[in-house]
Amino acid sequence: MKQERDQAQLIEMFRLMALARALDERMWQLNRQGKAPFVISCQGHEAAQVGAAMALRPKQDWIVPYYRDLAMMLAIGVTPREVMLGLLAKADDPSSGGRQMPAHYSHRALNIVSHSSPTGTQVPHAVGIALAAQMRGDDVVTWTSFGEGTSSQGDVHEAMNLAGVMKLPVIFFCENNGYAISVPQRKQMGVENVSDRAQGYGFPGVTVDGTNVLEVYEAMTAAVDRARQGHGPTLIEAKCVRLTAHSSDDNDRTYRSADDLKAMKTRDPVHSYEAYLRSEEILDDAKIAGIRDEIKAQVNDATTFAEKAPLPDPLTVSRYVYAE
Amino acid sequence: MAELNLLEAINRALDESMAADDRVFIIGEDVGQRGGVFRVTDGLHAKYGEKRVIDAPLAESIIIGSSIGAAMYGMRPVAEIQFADFIFPAFNQIISEAARMRYRSNNAWEVPMVIRTPYGGGIHGALYHSQSIEAFFTHIPGLKVVAPSTPYDAKALLLASIADPDPVLFLEHKKCYRLIKGFVPDEPYTVPIGVADVARTGSDVSVITYGLMRHYAVEAAEMLAKEDISVEVIDLRTLRPLDRETVLASVKKTNKVLVLYEDNLFGGYGAEVAAIIAQDAFEYLDGPVQRLAGLDIPAMPYSAPLENEFLPTPEKIADTLRDLVQY
Repeated sequence: MKQERDQAQLIEMFRLMALARALDERMWQLNRQGKAPFVISCQGHEAAQVGAAMALRPKQDWIVPYYRDLAMMLAIGVTPREVMLGLLAKADDPSSGGRQMPAHYSHRALNIVSHSSPTGTQVPHAVGIALAAQMRGDDVVTWTSFGEGTSSQGDVHEAMNLAGVMKLPVIFFCENNGYAISVPQRKQMGVENVSDRAQGYGFPGVTVDGTNVLEVYEAMTAAVDRARQGHGPTLIEAKCVRLTAHSSDDNDRTYRSADDLKAMKTRDPVHSYEAYLRSEEILDDAKIAGIRDEIKAQVNDATTFAEKAPLPDPLTVSRYVYAE
Repeated sequence: MAELNLLEAINRALDESMAADDRVFIIGEDVGQRGGVFRVTDGLHAKYGEKRVIDAPLAESIIIGSSIGAAMYGMRPVAEIQFADFIFPAFNQIISEAARMRYRSNNAWEVPMVIRTPYGGGIHGALYHSQSIEAFFTHIPGLKVVAPSTPYDAKALLLASIADPDPVLFLEHKKCYRLIKGFVPDEPYTVPIGVADVARTGSDVSVITYGLMRHYAVEAAEMLAKEDISVEVIDLRTLRPLDRETVLASVKKTNKVLVLYEDNLFGGYGAEVAAIIAQDAFEYLDGPVQRLAGLDIPAMPYSAPLENEFLPTPEKIADTLRDLVQY
């Protein structure tokens, strides 16, 4: 029975990763068709995000994400339709009603907190949420994510320091894809692993292969247990790959060689997990085709739905500056 | 009814709000055992414990940033920035985050928090313990900025700020802390955010001001009364939202106006007030919209003669008003 449940979970992880990839690819198509002014991608981060999400309790735990977290959003419960409403800046976009750029995810009902574009500003919020949960005695873990470039920000340091002092139930999740737009990690920090810094804050830091969903899940489960038991924060660094340019406005061929890009594709987390599930005989051609057909239908539905959805009324531009 | 100074009135508001609502907590530098460097939070650590009166690490951005998170979770944080001069490491959190959360989430999220901070000079605080910071923050939609000058107003406006669903920057003039005393009712009373006070009625000229300058303006008005010049003093109390009606009604009555503030003149908060008067009361004016403010130097220097030279004083205010009445 346990094995069956585990198998279902393993397949669900694959479905989420493949859905995130398909949705992400569709976003780029819409961008190239001139329908979506801006896309920022999660491609290469799917395993890290889905592995992390599976260790959390949606609607109970709090999610303070950053702009690459499409797969995390889907895993917590944001629907493809909602994602597409955001991409096309439609009135019913749950993140912001079309006010923010796409991928600035927020979903109140799912405890997914709105974030801005200046990087790292969300990390102190996660610490404050964890502080509030601790004060109230609530069984809540707060998860926050950021790239390795953002780990240079002072806000990240200040947040980790306070979390360490107060032993807060928060997980700092660094999705390290090696590049901050164009700047490689070796120019960003003097250490090999972002997780090394955790020691300086008095809590554990671990580095995992962010392209291996099961490895991430395992590390996250340990961190979540630690937080729930009142032992405080964990810093998890998931080494990912960035399979696209930084965004639709970037051209990574100006700073990454063709060989580098080719090498990176060999670490594609969706492909490697599919291969693993085949080798374990959990999935076969027929099952995979079934999942992919279902995903394609979902992505098509989400696209059509969002394209037909109304844009925001310009007369609403001055609303919600203050409480009404 | 008790006679309190400004600092004691603020302490009383904090105590009452914490007693009434267990979501209210205090976070800041030295606010706990020490009760704050000015002693504004004196006694609260002993009464409510270290979980609700939190001595934060020495890092302003996380004081504000964590308060934002806690507010979104449903708490009512009251963050203290030890001196307004130290608020700039948290500028991004206030401007990009707290002030924009409601708008950018299309009303899904809100940040009901208060940032208390002592500002202003005249206490030999030099460049980094004397600044007026209001112009940076009144520029920002989404933020409310409150600057009471009397114990009566301070207590009620702090309670109103803590109850407010939006982020409020609560400016406490540090020279007023112990200098300004007044009667504060024991029973509940309210002063709404966004309503100015006619601190003194007059008919010849209006002074629009706030903070320590309200008291200096009243002093100047008393001097000029002996010369048969009748000065009306408007204490704005809230800088954003601005009570335009009270300001414009006063100017339309007296037909002459001085906008008085302690911050540097250029681009200061009073510039906006002056622009509104020039635009909306132009036909009532019998003289130029006059401004008197701090000097356009980087900040208030330490040595007494230099500090005095920087600040508008009752004498300088009276001189300016005499000239304006003559115009």
